[in-house]
Amino acid sequence: MFVDLSDRQWLWCAAGFYTVGFLLGTASIIRGGRIHGVVIYLTILAGYVLQFIGLGIRGRATGGCPLGNEFEIFQFTAWSAMSLYLLIGVTFRSSVLGYFTSCLGAALTILSLSIPAWDAVRRTHIFGGNPWIELHAALAIFSYGVFGLLALTSALFLFRHFSLKSKRLGGWFSFLPSIRDLDHIELRLLGTGATLLTLALLFGSVYWSRDTSNVGHFKLAATVAVWLVAAVALGLRISGRLLSKRFAWTCLALFAAALLSLGAVDESRHPVTKPVTQQHTQ
Amino acid sequence: MSEMCLFVIGATHHNAPVEVREKLAVDSEVGLRQDLSAVGGLREIALLNTCNRVEFYGVCADQASVDSVQAVYCARQKFEVGQFEKIRLRLTGREAALHLFEVASGLDSQLVGENEIFGQVKDAYAAAQASGSTGAVLNRLFQKAFQAAKHVRTHTGISSGRVSIANVAVDLATNIFGDLADTKVLVLGTGEIGEGTAKAFKSRGAEDLAVAGRRLERAAEVAGGLGAETVKFEERDVHIASYDVVVCSTAAPTTILSTSAVTAAMKKRPARPLLLIDLAMPRDIESSAADLQNVFLYNLDDLAKIAETNRVAREAEVARCRELLAERATSLWEHVQRYLASAPGQARGPGRPEGAAEAEAPRTGA
Repeated sequence: MFVDLSDRQWLWCAAGFYTVGFLLGTASIIRGGRIHGVVIYLTILAGYVLQFIGLGIRGRATGGCPLGNEFEIFQFTAWSAMSLYLLIGVTFRSSVLGYFTSCLGAALTILSLSIPAWDAVRRTHIFGGNPWIELHAALAIFSYGVFGLLALTSALFLFRHFSLKSKRLGGWFSFLPSIRDLDHIELRLLGTGATLLTLALLFGSVYWSRDTSNVGHFKLAATVAVWLVAAVALGLRISGRLLSKRFAWTCLALFAAALLSLGAVDESRHPVTKPVTQQHTQ
Repeated sequence: MSEMCLFVIGATHHNAPVEVREKLAVDSEVGLRQDLSAVGGLREIALLNTCNRVEFYGVCADQASVDSVQAVYCARQKFEVGQFEKIRLRLTGREAALHLFEVASGLDSQLVGENEIFGQVKDAYAAAQASGSTGAVLNRLFQKAFQAAKHVRTHTGISSGRVSIANVAVDLATNIFGDLADTKVLVLGTGEIGEGTAKAFKSRGAEDLAVAGRRLERAAEVAGGLGAETVKFEERDVHIASYDVVVCSTAAPTTILSTSAVTAAMKKRPARPLLLIDLAMPRDIESSAADLQNVFLYNLDDLAKIAETNRVAREAEVARCRELLAERATSLWEHVQRYLASAPGQARGPGRPEGAAEAEAPRTGA
């Protein structure tokens, strides 16, 4: 019965699990109890596996990494963020980060699934059989997922900072990780995201230098701008000139810029090769 | 025909003031156990003896045996039975089980939700077990009490938030620095409050402590007791940049830590947060230091307010905890009742060797 599910149905199931994780965390907070980190982690893991299956089906159908339209890019970004959370969530024992990650996963997946126009047309073989371009795209979107997690960590930092400065430490604030831990995680995530994006741009630049007309100026400007923000923020943070709240706000702005640049990235694609609506692919 | 019963008898902080509890505190548990072994009909017994309570949990053949336990105890403590009856706690059956659940959970403590009592109940049970005075019923009762206590502490807010100033200060530090093992703490002032706070930091994992006081000998004495370094009080402005937490509790009439000194310190450590805890009255730290980036300043009023908020939050959880514990106590009591009714003679008396009764322990799902 499950093998008959379409890629979108698998992805809906994944979104369901992310939503359940978010709702469980919310219920715990409303009841005034502790958020169960293990439960949320397992819920995200289940969603992640289902999303992996859904994206795998989609990838087989499109003949490459599923990054052919806005729907796929959002899904892949969410999947990237979840991948990283599942890696760091074990060592960084924060149930609150799990709660916010499930919220991010639910938001990105449900948003992309709820807007049919984003998936009205599917492009196949968008990388023209060039694995380097495919790697470039996958790394770039993966780095955006990292920036998504960075944005969540930064939001937690700002909440924790507010709670400490305003001297409100009870209730929901008591579940937040320490400000030093959050700061360390922010720095590592920014470093990881910036490195991945740098590699992505390096791979892309090799392809671009062979034929500069292949990439739209708008896409080029938008992605380089995102990379610049990440690189400059990292440099200033390491040199101690961008700290605390200002650093956290910059990280949030970086993710917003990354999301905004997705439109420019998608518009710069090759012409549509295979318009399909709601097809069942296996 | 005798009717086996579970009971608790004793005195607690609710009805017995401290001077009475001093008289009721048991000095020699071994001697008391020997006296109690002569009580006829007493099958099992365990003693919980803390600064806030003396309680006997037991299983006996009838109510007369409970009276005998009371008489033996009062005689040993040279306390008049009539006086004891006015202040005593005496419960039987399900109520006795529920009482132990509440005690182990910290619901019956003076400081509601405190954790220390859990360890004390565990120690009391271990001592009773070691002396061979527990049997099927008490073993099950205590094990279920530990499970129930863990359950309410995990699933309710009864233990959340600290309620003493020193512990609130340490909690603040963990909110900023996480693990305190590599957090450096400087204590300015060698009074009782400063020393107490330093001890609280030490007990929660802070290893790098330093003490500074106007009188160097006193500072060295306090530092020695904590395994801490001594820092010259006059050089405090130079030293604060090296520390993550600065606790001030001097009796100085004016501030001893200016905003400009903190600003200068932060220039040397811009990326590392600094927690300033001002426990002095009048205050030791200039209040405008709170406006600096990465500096978190808390004074005595702030800490007292947090402690009070935590205490109120704990009180608010009591009703929910009682509900959870009552369900478990009822379930346990139903099973114990069936066990006592079916095998009254098998419950083991104090001093009797462990044997068949253990194998007959009631299995409950409580």
